[in-house]
Amino acid sequence: MSFDVNKLRSQFPILATSARGRPLVYLDNAATTQKPLRVIEACQNYYLKTNANVHRGVHYLSEKATQEYEDVRKKLTKFINASSHEEIIFVRGTTEAINLIASSFGSAFLKTGDEILITAMEHHSNIVPWQLACQKAGAKLVVAPITKRGEVDVAKFKELLSQKTRLVSFVHLSNALGTLNDAQTLTRWAKEIGALVHIDCAQSVSHLPVDVQNLGCDFISFSSHKMYGPTGVGVLWGRKDILNKLPPYQGGGDMIRTVTFEKTEYADLPHKFEAGTPNIEGVIGLGAAIDFLNEVDLKNIHEYESELLKTAIMKLSKVPGLRFIGEAESRASVISFVLEGVHPHDIGTIVDQQGVAIRTGHHCAQPVMDFFEVPATCRASLGLYNTASDIDSLVEALLTVRKVFRR
Amino acid sequence: MSLRELYQEVIVDHSQNPRNFGVLERAQYQGNGHNPLCGDRLTVFLNFKDDKVSEIKFQGSGCAISTASASMMSESLLGLTKTQIESLFDKFHKLVTSSLDGGNDSNDSGDLGKLEVFAGVGEFPARVKCATLAWHTVMSAIKGAREVAKTE
Ligand SMILES: Cc1ncc(COP(=O)(O)O)c(C=O)c1O
Repeated sequence: MSFDVNKLRSQFPILATSARGRPLVYLDNAATTQKPLRVIEACQNYYLKTNANVHRGVHYLSEKATQEYEDVRKKLTKFINASSHEEIIFVRGTTEAINLIASSFGSAFLKTGDEILITAMEHHSNIVPWQLACQKAGAKLVVAPITKRGEVDVAKFKELLSQKTRLVSFVHLSNALGTLNDAQTLTRWAKEIGALVHIDCAQSVSHLPVDVQNLGCDFISFSSHKMYGPTGVGVLWGRKDILNKLPPYQGGGDMIRTVTFEKTEYADLPHKFEAGTPNIEGVIGLGAAIDFLNEVDLKNIHEYESELLKTAIMKLSKVPGLRFIGEAESRASVISFVLEGVHPHDIGTIVDQQGVAIRTGHHCAQPVMDFFEVPATCRASLGLYNTASDIDSLVEALLTVRKVFRR
Repeated sequence: MSLRELYQEVIVDHSQNPRNFGVLERAQYQGNGHNPLCGDRLTVFLNFKDDKVSEIKFQGSGCAISTASASMMSESLLGLTKTQIESLFDKFHKLVTSSLDGGNDSNDSGDLGKLEVFAGVGEFPARVKCATLAWHTVMSAIKGAREVAKTE
């Protein structure tokens, strides 16, 4: 295995900086990852050398910008093993991708009495858009429960699937619990009863290979900023035949073929769903992030991070009073925990003083917090540049927390 | 070192053994507070006699700073009139935000007594809301506001 973590770290300028006078220990990758130099340079080079609007000009720069932008669509097609580049829709991020499906699918196909099935471990962005769509259509949002270990209760999930279920949407890798769902099986069950399936891959794409043919689903969504790319851009992938049946999400330039005041003919995929000038710089930066991930290879990343996760769990379990929230059999990257007698908010402040960045709060998954009866948790989440020494810094910082609270 | 200033002995003690913790049945004034950022929730109950706070209790869950602040506030408010509470709140607010506006000690807060231990909060802008939640909640209670006091 050609995975050299120090060499990789050297490609991330921010990792050499300090926080609160200490070397930065960045363990908040589930919120957003840091960016390698080549991504930063790709964005910069776009403005230095290529800046022009896409799909609109015959001049040199516009052609060049369009080509670079469309090349990234092709890279993504390969990256997730889509059937065609027309299935890759650029959006602002996972949140917008889910809103797009919920709104377009909801308005065209959702009827009174229909059901949409999600799970109890979803991020707010995979709850609220479906609530809105259900409210509009008079449909019902059904929630599959989770177990105390933080896994989907698969028996209940299966039971809740019915002829009324129009669409199933679940998270691949939970940002709050670290649970890696058996996406293939859940998808197969949903497809058996004829429901469409969307998988929220916001967390998974940067930690393991994601192959849409393998998953067997109809839509996936993810965000560039959580996979070493720039913020403000993300991807919705959908099967071509289904995307063709959905009405547009937003109207405007780029998404049309002909416009008169009486009638508009929409452009073909993918442009039908890309109204207005897109985040060109972001897409080009995302392309550089894909190149980076391909070079390092997600199989290697998955292998390295899985080992590190085991080490982290082992080391953290030795901190007195520490309790994990979420102990699924199959998991990746994310470790959620609480410390007996200390509120996560205080833990966050104290470890931050030691240069350690973790997230404390509800992780946009309040229903998960309610289920585990905690107001918040601490979350450490790994990226490909983290090392066992980062985990040691976290453990040391947590021991300081205990000292401050005389525990 | 500033960590020690934030989590002083007294603060840790009050957070672990909050005073006046509990419910006042049929309290004359009651306020609910919520800090959406960290999920802290708090209810404060007050009774007045001869225009002065005769009884005060609070209940809820929160971080050490917000719990200690509620606990110490409850001790400081006993025997005060509404006007005195308002002026103490102003002073407390200045204390915990002083380093935000450049640390002007010139208009000395004074009279805060034990509450001075919260001066360290000023260095942690993200924690100011924790320290002031209980106070905002009391203010909304005595003004008879129906809605939940928010730190936002
Ligand atoms: C599982 C999951 N879904 C969706 C999102 C939303 O992503 P974004 O904020 O990039 O739209 C996140 C990010 O916080 C996430 O972790």
